[in-house]
Amino acid sequence: MEVTLTDVEPGRRPATIPGLGRPLRAEEMVISMGPQHPSTHGVLRLELVVDGEIVVDVIPHIGYLHRCFEKHCEHMTNYQQVIPYADRMDYVAAMSNEFGYVIAMEKMLKIQVPERVEYIRVIMAEFSRIISHLIAIGTYGLDIGAFTPFLYCMRDREHVLDIIEETCGARLLYNYMWIGGLSHDVKPSFQKQVREFCTYFRPKIKELNDLLSYNKIFIERTANVGVLPGDVAINYGASGPVLRGSGVNWDLRKNDPYSIYDRFTFEIPVGKGLKGKVGDCWDRYMVRVHEMEQSTNIIEQAVDQLPEGDVQSAIPKRIRPEAGEVYVRTETPKGDLGYYIVSDGTASPFRIKVRPPCFINLSALPAMCRGAMIADVVAVLGSIDIVLGEVDR
Amino acid sequence: MIAQELHDLLKTTFGEAILEAKIDGVLDPFVTVAPGRIAEIARFLRDDDRTLFDSLMCLSGVDLTKGNLAVVYHLHSTKRNHKFVLKAVVPAADPHVQSVASVWKMADWNEREAYDMYGIIFDGHPDLRRILMPDDWEGFPLRKDYQVPEFYNGMKVPY
Amino acid sequence: MKTFLLELLKNEVLVYTLMAIVPLLWVIPFALFAVWWERKISAHMQDRLGPMFTGGWHGWSQTIADIMKLIQKEDIIPTAADKKLFMLAPYVVFTGSYAAYAAIPFAASYIGSEINIGLFYIISISSLVVVGLLMAGWASNNKWSLFGALRSAAQIVSYEVPVALSILAVVMVVGTFDLQEINHLQTGPIWNWLVFQKFPLLLFACLIYIIASLAEVNRTPFDLPEAESELVGGYHTEYGGMRFALLFLSEYANMFAVSAIAVSLFFGGWNSPFGDFLSGHWALDLFWFLGKGMTLIFVQMWLRWTLPRLRVDQLMYVGWKVLVPFSFAIILGIGVWVLAAGQ
Repeated sequence: MEVTLTDVEPGRRPATIPGLGRPLRAEEMVISMGPQHPSTHGVLRLELVVDGEIVVDVIPHIGYLHRCFEKHCEHMTNYQQVIPYADRMDYVAAMSNEFGYVIAMEKMLKIQVPERVEYIRVIMAEFSRIISHLIAIGTYGLDIGAFTPFLYCMRDREHVLDIIEETCGARLLYNYMWIGGLSHDVKPSFQKQVREFCTYFRPKIKELNDLLSYNKIFIERTANVGVLPGDVAINYGASGPVLRGSGVNWDLRKNDPYSIYDRFTFEIPVGKGLKGKVGDCWDRYMVRVHEMEQSTNIIEQAVDQLPEGDVQSAIPKRIRPEAGEVYVRTETPKGDLGYYIVSDGTASPFRIKVRPPCFINLSALPAMCRGAMIADVVAVLGSIDIVLGEVDR
Repeated sequence: MIAQELHDLLKTTFGEAILEAKIDGVLDPFVTVAPGRIAEIARFLRDDDRTLFDSLMCLSGVDLTKGNLAVVYHLHSTKRNHKFVLKAVVPAADPHVQSVASVWKMADWNEREAYDMYGIIFDGHPDLRRILMPDDWEGFPLRKDYQVPEFYNGMKVPY
Repeated sequence: MKTFLLELLKNEVLVYTLMAIVPLLWVIPFALFAVWWERKISAHMQDRLGPMFTGGWHGWSQTIADIMKLIQKEDIIPTAADKKLFMLAPYVVFTGSYAAYAAIPFAASYIGSEINIGLFYIISISSLVVVGLLMAGWASNNKWSLFGALRSAAQIVSYEVPVALSILAVVMVVGTFDLQEINHLQTGPIWNWLVFQKFPLLLFACLIYIIASLAEVNRTPFDLPEAESELVGGYHTEYGGMRFALLFLSEYANMFAVSAIAVSLFFGGWNSPFGDFLSGHWALDLFWFLGKGMTLIFVQMWLRWTLPRLRVDQLMYVGWKVLVPFSFAIILGIGVWVLAAGQ
């Protein structure tokens, strides 16, 4: 049966792909890991230029989930109204987004929050780190083909979500951290529940390691794949586990401390190239596994030191900062989230710019994937751990 | 190095390219530079041994109203552990800024976003096209005088 | 069974047709059961429950409900797809999988076709599946299906070599291609099974056969052709409704076929492991045969939900550079052993 391309695709696009910078060669094929794909962690379109199974270039197309966060903020009548929108950027670990924003605003307004608020915020931020990494690890196993660890990670995640639901009423998108305090105080059973969770969770990390991390097939799929050297990572602006997996010992909680992180003892896991080169997918993955353990340490220390106090005493009645600007960055599970807030002296924000870690980490994807195979593109994308809500805002 | 020293260093090296500075009384001291020379200033700041700003934290576009757009660069040095802010102000009618994508690769996508949202054209950028909005969108959304178009490809936009 | 039917019906064509349909009476209920069983096994391994409501007790009629839904679906064929190939492909895949049942003995008195080159026939006819998969992938007019089909063709063709070599190891020991005779040779207690003969060479041959047959049926860790997380669905992306059900059915039929071959070759076939106890009647033979087959199916499902997936070049590496040299070494060892024992 004769099928010609003009019958099927009138107005067929020419063989120059925008973003590739050169015409397509005869042996190359353009294949679209389209907006709907089980492995792209959201609506991301990766245009792969392939020569057989070898990927010659990757051109990411984003913007499918762009919800105009920054434009919305300029029309708010109150700085507190921004917080539910900030939640929805990285919807997997919503507390971290709120944390960054309220710290930035409190720096601008020169508000000092009570100690209890600081401790609860740190506990919630570390919980959000654990749940984000659980999803990252679970879906990464799914991308590589191991179906079971995903369910185990979801099961453990439910325990955290139960604790958070008892505190603020929501499982996924919280609107919990307000400028100057929190929306609700924790329940009396909070400390006991948190300690129980920490005792429950540590053996589960070991179970995950036995099942997935040291599995020979998993190591073969992820070691020496998608290597990102350390200095290239810094130049690309990579942050979070992507940067630490490349061997750079840089964590904002230790190197540029904010809130009360300097009161806790914890280590920063760094990729060492144990199974392959430094900066491969296995390193990035193991950094996340070790970070979950360290977060559990921080939570245990914080919940032991939790002081009494009123969580709403410092919330200002009216928020009208003076004209000026501030840039504050915090360490979210995905990396270095920055808020650049410009105020013109009114109660409505003038400009709020978010520096999204996933967006910046994703820009390093083409460099990591050239010369790899299609299956490797999936592995590298999973190891960067993107959430499209943050990439597109 | 503290902000005043950085400002003096830049003034001595680049002279008239450094326009104004606001060091005291603000949370983040900044220096406004000429948009046509930002790339060499950026390269100097990255490579010079006293400054070593190897990481660009954030690159934002801002609509300053009164017919001006600004590009704000937040710089950071992982080795010397200091921060700095550069600004480049351009008129909205003819917004051309030199691209720093050759200095820090992170600027690549951020400049595309500033172009997409504000229409600021970065000279020397390898691949300046829209990133968040569809490729054939008209208008620059984050400008203060932006009017939402009535129709896009036959679909009604405001609803 | 053939003589019984011939006497009853006295029409050869009718008898042969009936004999060909008999395995279908097992394959279709097995596929329905196996889908439910896989969902239950995967659920319990993943710390959840699986189907619980359809039909009452633990969702036993879930697959029947699924089939009824699939029957009612609209038959969508992509506009630019090659219609004839697209429609033909599932039937070719099913034929390739099902035709192997002709030479597998389910009981002492039943074998579909008494040919003395049974194993040779099985290996060759099951290659028809590759043709069907290639047709499915190409005719879908979808680049991802094409990738899945090409990978699948490369994989199945490559792993036929270790399969054939490990079967050859058994044939060298028993001296016949006929599976019914091989089963007769394994009568007796459990140490008569071929997997324990010429120890440990035939044990390794059995392991190689089981691993290579996982690749033949596109099961994890070799499920690249249908790698859900990379290729959406691989060669069966564009198929929906009953066509998809047919492809699914052929996958399970193929799974049982290779398990049945492994059981007949290595694990005694329809023989009881206790020797004379619980043997003799065709129903008992059937029970042992199907039981052993289901155990191997359980192992296949267990592996699917535990192990990650191999990348295509690693898969080729395992096939050609690990399994084939080991099979050659085993054949050499068995050849030397048989010659020495013969003298």
